[in-house]
Amino acid sequence: MEMRAVYAACLAELMEKDKHVVVLDADLGKASGTLGLRAKFPEQSFDCGVAEQDMASIAAGLSSYGFKPWIESFTPFATRRICDQVAISIVYAKRNVKIVGTDPGIAAELNGGTHMSMEDIGVMRSIPGIVIFEPVDEVQLRAAMPVLNDYDGPVYVRLFRKELPKVFEEGYKFDLFKADTIKEGKDLTIFVSGMLTADVVTAAKQLAEEGVDAEIVNVHTIKPIDRETVVASARKTGTVLTVENHNVIGGLQSAVLEALAEEKIPVVAVGVQDRFGEVGKLPYLREVTGLTVENIIAGAKKALSLK
Amino acid sequence: MSYDLKEVCKDIRCDIMTCIGHLGVGHIGGCLSVVEALAVLYFKEMNIDPKNPKMEGRDRFICSKGHAGPAVYATLANRGYFDKKELLTLNQGGTNLPSHCDMNRTVGIDMTTGSLGQGFSCAVGVALGSKLEKDGATIYAMIGDGESQEGQIWEAAMFAAAKKLDNLIAFTDYNKQQIDGTVAEVNDIAPLAEKWAAFGWNVIDVEDGNDIEQVEKAVEHAKLGRDSGKPTMIILNTLKGCGVKWIEDLGSGNHNCPVSEEQAEAAIREIRGED
Repeated sequence: MEMRAVYAACLAELMEKDKHVVVLDADLGKASGTLGLRAKFPEQSFDCGVAEQDMASIAAGLSSYGFKPWIESFTPFATRRICDQVAISIVYAKRNVKIVGTDPGIAAELNGGTHMSMEDIGVMRSIPGIVIFEPVDEVQLRAAMPVLNDYDGPVYVRLFRKELPKVFEEGYKFDLFKADTIKEGKDLTIFVSGMLTADVVTAAKQLAEEGVDAEIVNVHTIKPIDRETVVASARKTGTVLTVENHNVIGGLQSAVLEALAEEKIPVVAVGVQDRFGEVGKLPYLREVTGLTVENIIAGAKKALSLK
Repeated sequence: MSYDLKEVCKDIRCDIMTCIGHLGVGHIGGCLSVVEALAVLYFKEMNIDPKNPKMEGRDRFICSKGHAGPAVYATLANRGYFDKKELLTLNQGGTNLPSHCDMNRTVGIDMTTGSLGQGFSCAVGVALGSKLEKDGATIYAMIGDGESQEGQIWEAAMFAAAKKLDNLIAFTDYNKQQIDGTVAEVNDIAPLAEKWAAFGWNVIDVEDGNDIEQVEKAVEHAKLGRDSGKPTMIILNTLKGCGVKWIEDLGSGNHNCPVSEEQAEAAIREIRGED
């Protein structure tokens, strides 16, 4: 199932149960999969038109009236474009608004460089107190949605729209503030979030064939990062690789480095090397940004060599 | 209970002078220009209870020009939301009365504002919320004329009209001055009434927004538009710094300027007509 379809179905369940759960789009209801909610929930689903700033502050106003708004746009327009509205109307004012950015990083594909956020985690991570969550697959997203809705505060959700390979099994238990160790290992730790998690699992299998036992930790919540799990795993294995569909500046690597600042543990990153995106399909974009299974394996070996 | 609104305006102006004079600096001009609107709202029109500031279904006021915080605080203190002595803590470290309005710090403040343009969209969200709850509240908002140069104001204007938020009554404090000069010089917003009408709003143009009777009449008139399917904009042609001659004369220089305690005391005598 496409991630946006799972997202919309979960929202529908939440809206059905609670009339204070509302959804606001900025002319991307179709893209986000939420357009269908309008007919069923006309008093809980609104389109603000192409006016993301207005959408963010309207949501803050609704929140002050007891509503639980979810707002949506493509990642660059849900973050860097409305950074001040998110920072002031929503987070500074302590409003309970969920901000969903779709098609993060290279996932924007044919929309190209203008629509491709390589910096959204960095932008949002620097706003005090906001929570940042990036789901791996539909199982995790489904488990997370009610938890996010119940969390009384602002959360940025970095959502891949299309289908993603399943990493988690049905019955998976989700804790918003606890990273998930997907595979235990002893030689190195790979920290990863979002769409590249399945690639890390693939890479780890190939590494295993070469006798390398990698631990995989899914940091689904990048802020606040689960410092305890991150530090414990890094100490156990002694070397670290971070893998992210984001600029290596400001994203997962930065968050992991901050958590490990007092540890003498090497950290190698596979991520976008401080460049903008460009137009193309995922296989091409993976190649030009280095987000490939081969690069993950090479990064893991580099991390091992630094041990 | 009815109040003598002219006396209320004097009290609010004096308290603005006292708290900014005590601090030594502040957004004095844009505080003094909105006093009549605040007096009419908090002492006559709004369904509020200072003893129950979070009362459900209450009318709300969102000061999108958040730098007029001291004027709102003086109004709230006079209306009994908190002790007037607290006004002297304005902008001191740890205060509940920061320069710009903060809903999490100040009793009676309904929205955090200060980054211009945003409070108005928030007010639109509040008005939408009230419509959804069907609680019959009226949502009031105050924007600045310089603030009207923000694109977000017009995004919100469009949305409010499109969603028929006739429970929203907004004011523009059209004092014609902003930080760098006159609004006309910096980036003219005229013709203002025509702009709001074109955006689908009822528009009431008040010749003198510092004349209490004219403001009262405008708000009464605006409330008649409750079922018109349109939000209402009341354009208040005001004087920045109104009530204190030397501050008025500073023009755009009065946006955020030093005020000594002696100047504040003299201004209070002027406001009270004791000179």
